[in-house]
Formats: sequence, C-alpha cells, structure tokens
Amino acid sequence: MLKISVTIALGCIAAALVLNFWRLVRGPSPADRILALDTMYINTVALLVLLGIRLNLTVYFEAALLIALMGFVGTVALCKYLLRGDIIE
Amino acid sequence: MLEFLTAFFLLLGGAFALIGSIGLVRLPDLFMRLHGPTKATTLGVGGILIASMLHFSTQGNGLSLHEVLVTLFLFTTAPVSAYLVARAMLHLSGKGVNRGD
Repeated sequence: MLKISVTIALGCIAAALVLNFWRLVRGPSPADRILALDTMYINTVALLVLLGIRLNLTVYFEAALLIALMGFVGTVALCKYLLRGDIIE
Repeated sequence: MLEFLTAFFLLLGGAFALIGSIGLVRLPDLFMRLHGPTKATTLGVGGILIASMLHFSTQGNGLSLHEVLVTLFLFTTAPVSAYLVARAMLHLSGKGVNRGD
C-alpha cells in the first residue's frame, strides 16, 4: 500500500512541476517567473523526500534541506534585484 | 495502522501540492496566484514530511527528526518569499508604496 501511495504522490508532484514550468515559460511578468521558480524548488524538496521514502534512505534529507536553503536565498536575491536593481548594495 | 496513516498523509500532501500548482496556472492575476504556492503547496510539502517522519520513525532506528528541520525552514521562509514577490510586483506595476527604506 505504501508503495502505491508513494507512486501516486510522485505522479502528483511531477504533474505539479510540469504546471510550474508552464507558468515559468508563459508568465507575463518577471514576478510570475520568480513565483514559479519558488514553487518549483518547494516541489523539488517534496520530490526528494518521496524518493527517500521510496528507496528507504535518509541521505536525501540533507539534499532537501540544502535545496530549501538555496532556493530561499535565490528567491530573495531575485526579488531584491527587481525591487532595487541591485542585490548587494 | 501506521502504514495506513503514512499512505494517507502521502496522498494528502501530493494532492495539496498539485492543487497549489493548478492554482498557480489557472488563477487570473499575480496577487491571486500567490495564494496557491504559498498556502496549498507548503501544506502539501508539510503532509509529505509528516508521512516521511512516520515512515522513518517506525524503521527501528529511533525517532527521525531530520524532517522537522526542513518543515521549520520551509514554513518560516514561505511567507517571507511571498511578501517579497508581492512587493516586487507592486513595484513593477508602479503602485508600490515607497516608504523610503
């Protein structure tokens, strides 16, 4: 039962990533693209955790934590660039 | 029983993440689109992390607390990034309140 539900959840997250990518390509404004990238990294964290459950390995948590950290820094840097035209003043 | 609970949280998490991304694609303007990822997707990832915590805590290696770190980090940074994206959009549309910071 666990295996089936992990597979279904992986399918859901993969579909979510495709939808996010569509918004990333289409997005009328740069803010939409930043939002799409932000959602993509959150979904990637979920994907890595699901892979850890599926393969029964705890190594993937470190990767998930790193992606969460770097994704947040990236979002802040991109928004800062839009707001001020500069990242480090 | 625990396996059933784990599967339930996995399905809940996957469904909420998908709903958040559908919201990101379907809603008409950015300020509405912000709601999908910041609320539904964060909740979905939270559900998947709870399922992972249940799964690895019952493997015989004691309590698994790696997920708490990821959850805490994601739940504290999601509102901050949403706020920054909203401010960037206000700035772009020229309606922003510039408070001179």
